[in-house]
Amino acid sequence: MDKQKYIDDIKDIKDIMDRSTKFISLSGLTGIVTGALALVAVYFAYNIVYTGQNYLVDRIAIISTDKLLLLFGIAALTIILSVLLGLFFTSKKARLHNQKLWDAQAKRFYSSLAIPLGTGGILCTILLVKGYVGLVAPLTLIFYGLALVNGSHLTLSEIKSLGIIEIILGLVSIYFIGYGLAFWAIGFGVMHIIYGVLMHIKYGS
Amino acid sequence: MKHILDDLNKAFENKIRLGIMSALVVNDQVDFNTLKDLLGVTDGNLASHLKTLESKEYIKVYKAFVGRKPKTNYKVTASGKKAFKKHIKAIEQLLK
Repeated sequence: MDKQKYIDDIKDIKDIMDRSTKFISLSGLTGIVTGALALVAVYFAYNIVYTGQNYLVDRIAIISTDKLLLLFGIAALTIILSVLLGLFFTSKKARLHNQKLWDAQAKRFYSSLAIPLGTGGILCTILLVKGYVGLVAPLTLIFYGLALVNGSHLTLSEIKSLGIIEIILGLVSIYFIGYGLAFWAIGFGVMHIIYGVLMHIKYGS
Repeated sequence: MKHILDDLNKAFENKIRLGIMSALVVNDQVDFNTLKDLLGVTDGNLASHLKTLESKEYIKVYKAFVGRKPKTNYKVTASGKKAFKKHIKAIEQLLK
């Protein structure tokens, strides 16, 4: 009796079940690169926000309109670059897995991310317009974490714990309001790099 | 040992048929092209294996039009699911 054949069969069954239901082409390199990008962005944002403030009087950062526009510019550039780099690494890995960049699994995964992220995005835009800038950083972390947890059953299982960490960071940063940039640096920068390295080691790229 | 071997299903001995069943039991339905990409086989090859499974009534074909393009979806039947589970159980027994 050929046991090896049946061991291979079971492996094939598992592999096909995974590939046909989950989006497994997430690349660790995406995490590392976008994490680094986030840290650079936070560095520039920090310099813009905290230079020229009078801390002898009070610990309040006053952001002028042109500074705010500059911050929006940095944020937009970071998002665009991250998405482009993500697409690049993901398509490379999808080819390796014989999976398409935009197949049924990817669609399911991204649409389960889109609803919490969209809700958070709209909420944060409303808060920004109303002037509640301090709440934006914690809420982006929380909604990003919720999106990851929501989509985690459709992709690599590690994503769930990353989501939970982002939610906790978001909640803690609501308590320590005013340190939004620092929490952003941890949540979007450091955590992405750590998870990127872990996933790169575990799954390769 | 004899009874375990009886539970192994000849229809699933083939790698491609095994792959088709694996994909169908964990998805509501899968269309022809997705199966083709998933298994990395040619049209003709896949079609003939789908026919075999269909003739055993393990899977069912649903044809639909998306716009003007015909789309062929496949679903696993209740008996197909049962047979596949039995087959996997038999393999697990063998490997014990």
